[in-house]
Amino acid sequence: MASALINVPPRAKRGEIIEIKTLISHVMETGFRHTQLGAVIPRNIIRRFVCTYNGTEVFRADLYPAISANPFIVFSTVATESGTLSFQWTGDNGFAVTESAKITVE
Amino acid sequence: MERAASRREFLKIAGGVAAGLGLGAVVTVKPASATPAEMQEAIRSVVGPARVTPGKVTIELPPLIENGNAVPLTISVDSPMTEAEHVRAVHVFTEKNPQPYVVSFHLGPRAGRARVSTRMRLADSQNVVAICELSDGSLWSDSAAVVVTLAACLEDGI
Amino acid sequence: MRRLCAVLVLLAVAASAVAAEIAPSERRSGYELMGRELRAMQDDDAANPAMLWVLEGATLWKRATGAAGRACADCHGEATASMKGVAAHYPAFDAATKRPVSLEQRINICRVDRQEAPALAYDSRELLALGAYVARQSRGLPIAVTIDDRMQPFLEAGRAIYERRQGQLNLACSQCHDANWGRQLAGNVIPQAHPTGYPLYRLEWQSLGSLQRRLRGCLVGIRAEPYDYGAPELVDLELYLMWRARGMTMDAPAVRP
Repeated sequence: MASALINVPPRAKRGEIIEIKTLISHVMETGFRHTQLGAVIPRNIIRRFVCTYNGTEVFRADLYPAISANPFIVFSTVATESGTLSFQWTGDNGFAVTESAKITVE
Repeated sequence: MERAASRREFLKIAGGVAAGLGLGAVVTVKPASATPAEMQEAIRSVVGPARVTPGKVTIELPPLIENGNAVPLTISVDSPMTEAEHVRAVHVFTEKNPQPYVVSFHLGPRAGRARVSTRMRLADSQNVVAICELSDGSLWSDSAAVVVTLAACLEDGI
Repeated sequence: MRRLCAVLVLLAVAASAVAAEIAPSERRSGYELMGRELRAMQDDDAANPAMLWVLEGATLWKRATGAAGRACADCHGEATASMKGVAAHYPAFDAATKRPVSLEQRINICRVDRQEAPALAYDSRELLALGAYVARQSRGLPIAVTIDDRMQPFLEAGRAIYERRQGQLNLACSQCHDANWGRQLAGNVIPQAHPTGYPLYRLEWQSLGSLQRRLRGCLVGIRAEPYDYGAPELVDLELYLMWRARGMTMDAPAVRP
């Protein structure tokens, strides 16, 4: 099931700053909500988002329950060379999703 | 702030009325919330004891939002983002959410531009604080106030 | 809870005015009543959380399923072509049951009859995904439900529900949405209740949801017994609301507070 939407320009000039938008499906349960019977709904969130560019980390975010459901993160990186941008989300209960996008840099 | 306090009072009274009308069990639970002091502690635990100066970092938040579940947040820092001078990290905190941490962004010279956006939850009208760490070790801050007309975190799971 | 108190205030303050229909030129979708930031969230497909369901719907569209081993695409081809304008016509008359059905019901009828797969539960991930994907193909098009002799009685039934006082708070939909739209209720603006954006991502739900979910939520809010998902009353009400919004532009899948 498709669970992430990545927006990366397919091509860029060398040295250009490109904007990347990411959206992933996740409930981001805070751990502060209760059921009708008063039981706490346990925390279940994405803890970390990492973007690597041809294997080198170029951006990282540590997320807490205050980040909205279906986390949306927009960041930028310098288009240094052609290759693969890889995006990894990890979190509670063994959550792990990896997506990637190719970029051509001329 | 004033508005939220009186609304909570109103809800407590109305809760009694509703219960009196026999409309079923109404649980008035005092919601968990951090305090400005707890936020300061959280900030210190992340950035250490060094001095924090207001400036350089800017928080963009709507002054009023209809629902605290998804408040668009943009953080930008005035920095050339070169190897010699760049933003290492930006940390965001809140005063009155159940816990004070929001997010930590780790940047670096590969970012090109120090500008990051996301969406956050706000449990009440309150202040949001961003602390940025530069490559020279200096710390800078900004704070913004948001009015939330319908809070996040407090709506129980239906 | 919050809605209950707010509505008590409304009762105390509002005169018992007869709610007149909104003039066609005065109709405004919920989009126009939202703040700048939420409109921006809806307008950007890369930021709109509802697009996660649309993306999933696109995948499900091509997936063979059921005993018949058929995908939606096998009969309907590319949704961008075959589903264009479809959501803008629903609820539509179903010859087999001789009554209007909602888009979700139509999807399930196809699943059961053509794909020989079990019906999808209301507001399940898959049904929402398919609904969002189909509705997306009507974005930008005017709402155009067909009302002929067969549909007329159901439209009237829907209108009757809309105008009838219900629930412990004894409120009719028209009292808020025709007579008091644009005013504040518990800090939020009362919309005119046009279903131009369904299924939509509601910040309150932190999820995509159907029009029926919203209607049930409203009924709970006025302390009325909410009709079950798929109940004829809800479909009649959907029909009336879509007819009331005829000509307005679909902006599905939308974002709302």
